[in-house]
Amino acid sequence: MTEFVAPDIAWAQLTPILLVLGAAVAGVLVEAFVPRRARRPVQLTLTLGALAAAVVAVAALWGDVADTGGTDVLGGSVLVDGPTLVLQGTVAVLALLAVLVIADRTDTGEDAFAPQGAAVPGSGYEEAARAAGLQQTEVYPLVLFATGGMLIFPATGDLLTLFVALEVLSLPLYLLTGLARRRRLLSQEASMKYFLLGSFASALLLFGIALLYGFAGSLRYAEIAEAVRTVTGMDGLLLAGALLVLTGLLFKVGAVPFHSWTPDAYQGAPTPITGFMAACTKVAAFGALLRVLYVMLPDLRWDLEPALWTVAIATMVVGTVVALVQTDIKRVLAYSSIAHAGFVLTGVVALTESGIVATLFYLLAYGVATVGAFGVVTLVRERGAVRAAARQPVPAGAVRAVAGVPGPAGPGDAVDAAGAAGDPAATDDEDPGEPEGPVLGEATHLSQWAGLGRTNPVLAGTFALFLLSFAGIPLTAGFTGKFAVFTAAVDGDAWPLAVVGVLASAAAAFFYVRIIVLMFFTSPHGGPQTPATGAVDDPPGGAGVAAEVAADEVAADGVADTSPADRPGTVVVGSQGFALVAIGVCAVLTVALGVVPGPVLDAIADVARLLP
Amino acid sequence: MDDLTSLAPLLVAVPLASAAVLLLLGRRADRWGHWLGVLASGGAFVVAAVLLADLLGRPADERVVDVHLADWISAGSFDLSAGLRVDPLSLTFVLLVTFVGTLIHVYSVAYMAHDVARRRFFAYLNLFVAAMLLLVLADSYLLLFVGWEGVGLASYLLIGFWNHRTPYAVAAKKAFVANRVGDVGLLVALMLMFATFGAVDFDTVAAGVPAASTGTLTAIALMLLLAACGKSAQFPLQSWLGDAMAGPTPVSALIHAATMVTAGVYLIVRSAPVFEGAPTAQLVVTVVGAITLLIGAVIGCAKDDIKKALAASTMSQIGYMVLAAGLGPVGYAFAIFHLVTHGFFKAGMFLGAGSVMHGMGDRTDMRRFGGLRSVMVVTWLTFGAGWLAILGVPPFSGFWSKDKIIESAFVVPDAGGEWRAWLFGAVALLGAGITAFYMSRLFFLTFHGRRRWAPDADGHEPHPHESPALMTVPMVVLALGSVALGFLLQLGGGFTTWLEPVTGHVEHHEPVLAVPVIQGATLVAIALGLALAWRQYLSLPVPVTAPTGSVPTRAARADLYQDAVNDAVLVEPGRHLTRSLVYGDRTAVDGAFSGLGRLTVGLGELARKVQTGYARQYAATMLLGVVVLAAVVLAPRI
Repeated sequence: MTEFVAPDIAWAQLTPILLVLGAAVAGVLVEAFVPRRARRPVQLTLTLGALAAAVVAVAALWGDVADTGGTDVLGGSVLVDGPTLVLQGTVAVLALLAVLVIADRTDTGEDAFAPQGAAVPGSGYEEAARAAGLQQTEVYPLVLFATGGMLIFPATGDLLTLFVALEVLSLPLYLLTGLARRRRLLSQEASMKYFLLGSFASALLLFGIALLYGFAGSLRYAEIAEAVRTVTGMDGLLLAGALLVLTGLLFKVGAVPFHSWTPDAYQGAPTPITGFMAACTKVAAFGALLRVLYVMLPDLRWDLEPALWTVAIATMVVGTVVALVQTDIKRVLAYSSIAHAGFVLTGVVALTESGIVATLFYLLAYGVATVGAFGVVTLVRERGAVRAAARQPVPAGAVRAVAGVPGPAGPGDAVDAAGAAGDPAATDDEDPGEPEGPVLGEATHLSQWAGLGRTNPVLAGTFALFLLSFAGIPLTAGFTGKFAVFTAAVDGDAWPLAVVGVLASAAAAFFYVRIIVLMFFTSPHGGPQTPATGAVDDPPGGAGVAAEVAADEVAADGVADTSPADRPGTVVVGSQGFALVAIGVCAVLTVALGVVPGPVLDAIADVARLLP
Repeated sequence: MDDLTSLAPLLVAVPLASAAVLLLLGRRADRWGHWLGVLASGGAFVVAAVLLADLLGRPADERVVDVHLADWISAGSFDLSAGLRVDPLSLTFVLLVTFVGTLIHVYSVAYMAHDVARRRFFAYLNLFVAAMLLLVLADSYLLLFVGWEGVGLASYLLIGFWNHRTPYAVAAKKAFVANRVGDVGLLVALMLMFATFGAVDFDTVAAGVPAASTGTLTAIALMLLLAACGKSAQFPLQSWLGDAMAGPTPVSALIHAATMVTAGVYLIVRSAPVFEGAPTAQLVVTVVGAITLLIGAVIGCAKDDIKKALAASTMSQIGYMVLAAGLGPVGYAFAIFHLVTHGFFKAGMFLGAGSVMHGMGDRTDMRRFGGLRSVMVVTWLTFGAGWLAILGVPPFSGFWSKDKIIESAFVVPDAGGEWRAWLFGAVALLGAGITAFYMSRLFFLTFHGRRRWAPDADGHEPHPHESPALMTVPMVVLALGSVALGFLLQLGGGFTTWLEPVTGHVEHHEPVLAVPVIQGATLVAIALGLALAWRQYLSLPVPVTAPTGSVPTRAARADLYQDAVNDAVLVEPGRHLTRSLVYGDRTAVDGAFSGLGRLTVGLGELARKVQTGYARQYAATMLLGVVVLAAVVLAPRI
C-alpha cells in the first residue's frame, strides 16, 4: 500500500471556481431556509455577486498568470493558465449577463419558468401552483452549478476531471431545459431528449477515456501526450479512444453529426436558459476541446485531421443550409449556433497558436451576441385573443399537431392560453379599456416578427445588430472573430476550411438579413403587398421573403405549426430592467469588439499559451 | 507663447466649435446664437491679424511656417501627418475669409432677423468659415480635400437653407452634384499623386515634380483643373452658380462671390509646381478662364434678376483670375490680387443687392426697380463704389488688379506663341468692355431712371427704405475697401512682394503692346460699355417686361443653354446606362443568385427531413457519425 499523500493545493488559483460553486451550495441552503418572499432577492444577489466576484477573481489572477505562464493545481488535475483564465472570464461574464436575462420577470410579472416544475402539464396541480403565484428560485443555484462546471471544464488537466466537470455542467442544464413556463410539453420533451442524448454522449466519452487509459496507463493529458509521442506500431486503442473523447466534446459544442439535440433543446428550453447554454456551454466545451487537441493529442494531428475537417465542413454547411428553411426564430438561432460551432472549429483545427487566440476571441464575440439575441427574443410576445374569447375552450382547429410528429405542442399551447387567461398577474398591467388579450408566450414564429422594426425600432435595431454580428458584417465583433479564425485556418494550412467558411458565411448572411428585412421592411400580419396565399413561387425582392415566411409551411422539425391567420398578434413586453441592461451591455460589447478589437486581441494573445 | 504660429489651429477650431455649439444646443441657443457666430468669426480674424503681424516681422524667406497637428494616417508606406501651413498665400485667404466673413456675419444678424432658423443659419456660416480656413491652411492635398468637401457641404446646406421651397432645394442639389463632378477630379488627382510621388503633401509633391513625366503631370494638372472648375463655376461646370443664388443673400456674398468660389484659383496657384511641369494643362487653364470670362459676361448682359446678374459677373471675374493663374508665374500674384479686391467689391455689391431686396420686399427683378438712389442713399453710394471698382475705373480697387491681368495676358509666354498673347489679351480687353456694359446696366436699372415699382402678388406696394445700421456698416466698410484697397496693396509692388515666398520672384515681362497703350485701350473699352449702357438703360425708357430679344439675348438668358447641353450630353446617356444596368442586374445577376438560393433551400429542406424529432433517430445519427469518423480516421491505415 502506498501511503496517501495529500496534494499541495494552491487554493488561490481556484478562487473563481470556488466562489461560484460555493454560492451554488449556499443557494441550495437559501431554498431550504429563507422564507419564500425573500428568496428571489437573496438568490439574485447571491448569484450576481458570486459571478461578479468570479470575474474580479479572474482579473486578479491575470497578472500573475501572464508573468508565470500558469500553474497546475491539485496535482495537475486543474491547469490555471492563460487560456483557462480567458475562458473562465468569458464564461463568468456571459453567465452574469445571462442571469440578468433569466432574472427578468418583464412587466407581466412572470419569469420564464414553470411555477412548479414537478407538476404534470395541464393538471389541476399545476393550475393550483399557478394560481398561488409560485415562482421558481431553484433556477439560480442550478445556473450556478452549471457555471461552476463550465469554469472547471476548460481548466481540466486529466480525463477524469474532464468527465466530472462535464457532468456538473450538464445535469443542471438538463433540468433547466425542462422548466419552461409556456409550452411545457415541448420543454419537457426537449429536456428528455437532451438528457438521453447527453447521456449517450457521456457514455461515449467515458468509453473513450477508458480506452485511452488502457493505452497510456494514465489519465493526465501530459502523460498521455508523452505516450502518444513514443508509441510504435499498434495504436488502435489510442485512435478509438481519442475519437470517442472528441465525440463527447463535439456533442457539447453541437457539431455535426452530433448536433441533432441542439434545435430541439434550444427551442424547448426557456429562452433565457437557451441563451445561457448557447453561449456559456459552447465557450466551456470549446475550451476543453482546445486543451484536448493541443495538449493531449498534438502528435495525433495527422491522423485526426481528416475527421476534424469533415466535422468542421459538415457543421458549417449543415448549420447554414438548414437554418435557411427554418420558420421559428429560436430554431434559426439554434442552427446558426451550429454553423458558428463550425466556424470556431476551423480556428481550433488550425492547430496553431494564432488558432488559440482566434478561437478565444470568436467565442467571446459569439457569446455576447447570443446572450443579447436570446434576451431580445424573451421580450417579443404573443398577444392572446380578447379575454372573453380566451376563456372559451380552445377551438380544435386553432392548434393542430402535424401528423407523425411526436412534438405534442398542441395541448401545451392550450394550457398557455387557458392558464394565462386565468392568471391575474398577466393582466394586471393591462389597460382595462384596451380591447386586447393577455400577453402570452414568446412570439417565435418568424412571421410574427414582421414589422417589429416599425413598432419597436430600438429593440429591433439591437436585434439587427446581433444578427449582423452573427453574419460577420464589419464593425461588429462577429466580423473580427470570423476574420481571426479564417486567418488562423489559412495560417495552419487549412485553407479549404477557410474557403468553405467564407462561402457558408455568405449564405448564412442571407437568413440573418432576411430577418432584418422582415423586421424593418415588411408590414405586420402578412406580406407587404400580397397576403400570404401560399404563393411561394419566389416573387422577387422583399415580397418573396415575406411570402416565404408568411406562407403556411409545415414545420417538419417536430413542431406543431399554426397557419398565419390563426397566429396571435405580436407585442413587445416591457422589461424590469435586468434584461435591458444585459441586452444593452451585449450590444455595446458587440460594437466595441468590432470597432476596436485590438486591445482585447492583444490581451488574449499575451497569455494564449496552454500549459503542457 | 514663443511661437505665435502655433495659434493657427485656433483659426479652424474656433468657428468649428461655435458651429457645433449652435447645432447641438438647438433652440436653447436661439436668443444669443447669432452673436456667438459673429464672435467666432471675429475671433478667427483677430487670430489671423496676430499671425499677419508675426509673419510681417519675419524675413521674407522665413514666412512659410508648417504647424504640425497630429499623425493622421499611417498605413504601410503611406505616412501622412495632418498639419497647417501658414504662409503669405494662405494667410491672405485667411484674412479675406475672416474679415469679409465677419462683416457678413454682422450683416446677417439684421438680414436674417425675421427668420425662425437664424441660429441654424449662423451655425452653417461658422461651419463654412471653419471648412474654408481648413481648405486654405492645409499642408497636404488630403487635408485640403477635407476642407474642400466641408465648404461644399456648407454651400449645399446654405443654398438650400429655405429648402421648403422646392426650386431652392433643387438648386442646392444641382450645386452639390456639379461640385461632386469636380471633387472626383480632385480625388483622381490625389490618387495620381500618391501613385507618382508616394505622398500627397505639398512639399513632397513639389519636390517630386522635376522627376515626373510630363504626361503624368498633365494628367494631374487637368484633374486639379476639373476640381477647380467645379468649385469655381468655370466652364463647363459653371451652370450651378446662377441657381445657387437661391440661398440667402449674405450666403451669396460670402460663399458664392468672395471666398468659396475662388477656392479653385487657390488650388491652381497652390499647385503651381505641378502646372509649371505641364504647359499643355496651363494652356487649358488659360483657355477655360478666357471662355468663362466671356460666357459670364454675356450671360450677365441678359439677366434681369439682380442676383443672377451678379452671379454671372462673379463667374466672369473668376474667369479673369483663372486666366491669370494659367499664365504661369507672371500671373499668379495678379490672380490672387484680383481675387482679394474682387472679394471686397463683389461682396459689397451682393450686400447692396441684399439691402435693395430687403427694402423692396424680396423682389429681384431689376426691371421693377429704378430710382432707388434717393431712398437708399447709403446703399447707392456703397454699391456705386463697387460698381466703379469692378469696371476698373482708376483709382478704384478693380483698376489695379484687373488692369494687371490684362497686361499679363498680353505678355508672350516663355513657351512661345505670340498668338496667345494677342488672343488672350484681346479676350481680356473685350471682357472688360462687356463688364462695363452689364454692370452699368445693373447699376442704372436699379438705382437710376424712372421708378418702375409694382405691387406684389398680394397687392402690397413696395416701400423701399434704407436698411438698418447693422447692414449698412458692413457695406460701408466693404465700399471703403472697394475704393482704396487696390491702391494700397499695389503701393511699391507690396502685394506681389508679399506673395513672393509662395509664387516666386518674376522678372518683369514686356507685353506685346506698350503698357500705356493697353491701359488706354482698356479705358476706351470701359467707356464704350458704359456709354452703351447709358444710352440703352438711362436715356431710353426701360420696358418693365423683358422684350423677346434677339437670338443671342435669349441664349444668354438661358445661360447659353448649358443646362440643355448637360442634359443631352450627360444626364440622358447616364439615365439610359443606369436603366440598362438595372435590367442586367435584375435578369442576369438576380437570376443566378435566386437560382443558387433555390438550390440551397432545396438542400435545406432535404436536410431537415433528418430532423424528425425522435430521440432514437438522433442517437442513431450520432452513432453513425462516430462510425463514419472512425472510418475516415482509420482509412489511411488500411
